[in-house]
Amino acid sequence: MKELQGASGLILNEPLLWEKGKKGRCGFSMPRRDVVPSPVDEGLAGDGPDFPDLSEVDVVRHYTRLSQWNFGVDAGMYPLGSCTMKYNPKVNEREASLPGFAGAHPLLPPELSQGALELMYRLEQYLAGITGMDAVTLQPAAGAHGELTGMLLIRAYHKNRGSHRSKIIVPDTAHGTNPASAALCGFHPVAVKSGEDGIIPAEAIAAIMDEDTAGIMITNPNTLGLFEENIREIGEIVHSKGGLVYGDGANMNAVMGIVQMGKIGFDVMHLNLHKTFSTPHGGGGPGSGPVCVKDILKPFLPVPRIIKEGDKYTLSGDFPESIGKLQAFYGNFGVMIKACSYIMSMGSEGLKRASQLAVLNANYIKENLKDSLYLPYDRPCMHECVFSDKFQEGEKITTLDMAKCLMDYGFHPPTIYFPLVVHGAMMIEPTETESKEDIDHFIAALKAIVAEAGKDPDLLKRAPTRPKLRRLDETAAARKPCLAG
Amino acid sequence: MKELEELFLPDDVQYTETHEWARDDSGSVTVGITDYAQDQLGDIVFVELPEVGDIFEEGEEFGTLESVKAVSEICMPVSGEITAINELLEEAPELVNQEPYNNGWIIKVKPDNPDEINNLMTSEEYVEMLKGEE
Repeated sequence: MKELQGASGLILNEPLLWEKGKKGRCGFSMPRRDVVPSPVDEGLAGDGPDFPDLSEVDVVRHYTRLSQWNFGVDAGMYPLGSCTMKYNPKVNEREASLPGFAGAHPLLPPELSQGALELMYRLEQYLAGITGMDAVTLQPAAGAHGELTGMLLIRAYHKNRGSHRSKIIVPDTAHGTNPASAALCGFHPVAVKSGEDGIIPAEAIAAIMDEDTAGIMITNPNTLGLFEENIREIGEIVHSKGGLVYGDGANMNAVMGIVQMGKIGFDVMHLNLHKTFSTPHGGGGPGSGPVCVKDILKPFLPVPRIIKEGDKYTLSGDFPESIGKLQAFYGNFGVMIKACSYIMSMGSEGLKRASQLAVLNANYIKENLKDSLYLPYDRPCMHECVFSDKFQEGEKITTLDMAKCLMDYGFHPPTIYFPLVVHGAMMIEPTETESKEDIDHFIAALKAIVAEAGKDPDLLKRAPTRPKLRRLDETAAARKPCLAG
Repeated sequence: MKELEELFLPDDVQYTETHEWARDDSGSVTVGITDYAQDQLGDIVFVELPEVGDIFEEGEEFGTLESVKAVSEICMPVSGEITAINELLEEAPELVNQEPYNNGWIIKVKPDNPDEINNLMTSEEYVEMLKGEE
């Protein structure tokens, strides 16, 4: 292995802005008053908020220092399984900052928002094409909101047919938010165990699917990074009893341009633009979770919907069977611009290639590390692979210790202890944007950590030693959170 | 993680397959989670308790435990009505880790059928089951 990526350097401490401020400092000049003074309404008068007085350089240094403590996808590999932390091309930012988009007010009437509406309409068409579905809503704010939308659509579908179904099937390899979304809509989620090979056995679905079951929620590829190979058969079983099939598309990065979800039995699915379509996320940034449906669910889509009439775009709320409005205005528009920019710059061949490389990279890691880390499901994976700490049990080294130690090597730790079906899981998703050299670096780092676990386990227990802060007391943070500055 | 022989599995309680224990105190059944369960979960940071008077079936989820690793369900060892909850756990969830069989108890139940507790495993049977899970 060549020089370690992780090195310790000078890290500057930074106080809170309140501790930094000095009365009378100011970061801007007030413009000369050009209107007549007018008294303020009594009800609006009072003391202002407790903000510190700061100069421009105070503020710039403060946030620059904080950003230097941070680790993001622009700084290095971020193999956080199930999150698709791919690189976000800067061209997307440029498009989103075009003044016509960035300055557009959401209350502008449609005739003055033709560009924005055209972009949204086109994005809907692209997403329908990529998923093989018939119609799309861009309203949901993120993945779980998309799931909720999907469940509301399924409920509306059954209600419209005069049937009242109470259950939704959710396999144990689905995303954790799936059962919660179903329950929020009043459904009773019914768990199904995945098989020995990590995928859902069709017989298990046949055994519980009945006429009180509204449908099934399937994450495909699932949270073990495996493709649900029985998906067509499962779809047929569910459809034969009048149920619908929901797809959690959070892992779509493995199959873009390769699998048309609409053709393998899905009736409704969500996408995560902030994962698959390369818009920045993490740290609570805005997401976007469009929902794609087959024609049978189209009448129930949220309003307003974008309609194209000739060359003109309008917004219409005239869909009496719609489940209504789900989000302020039209969804997270800035994210849509970036996703649309990504799709247009990649093209259909580029998207397909991205998925192929994402799968290749994950399999490369899986093959290279399976002698060092226990691989519970030894079979070709999709875009992510799941190991565990079983080989390290003898040294009492856990997945947590190894993940913490990766920071010393200059990598963001992977997802750990998820999915729950693997005890001590370590879930690695390299994405297509890492080069072979960087992935080799990562593999070498994990191998070195495993070797250290065998030689000097105490060293690992103390990791990380190089970041600004060492191992944090996560238990105390959860039991006695300090929520004030 | 503890080795099997390091686990404390007292003889005066009965065990479930989902790693709860139940102790019969002349008609009232006290319920908690086993040393194995608390060790596997890691530091518990929050316990979601039912309300006194709630009625559950055997095997039904009556609450959840949140640890630094994950959230897991806690299930009823016997059918019955909740007669008491351990309010100490609200402020001190670590009791479930520190004293799983004493101050870390979770609920007390008035069982529908006082004999149902005898369907559960003894400590020897529970150890055998854990050996199978290794």
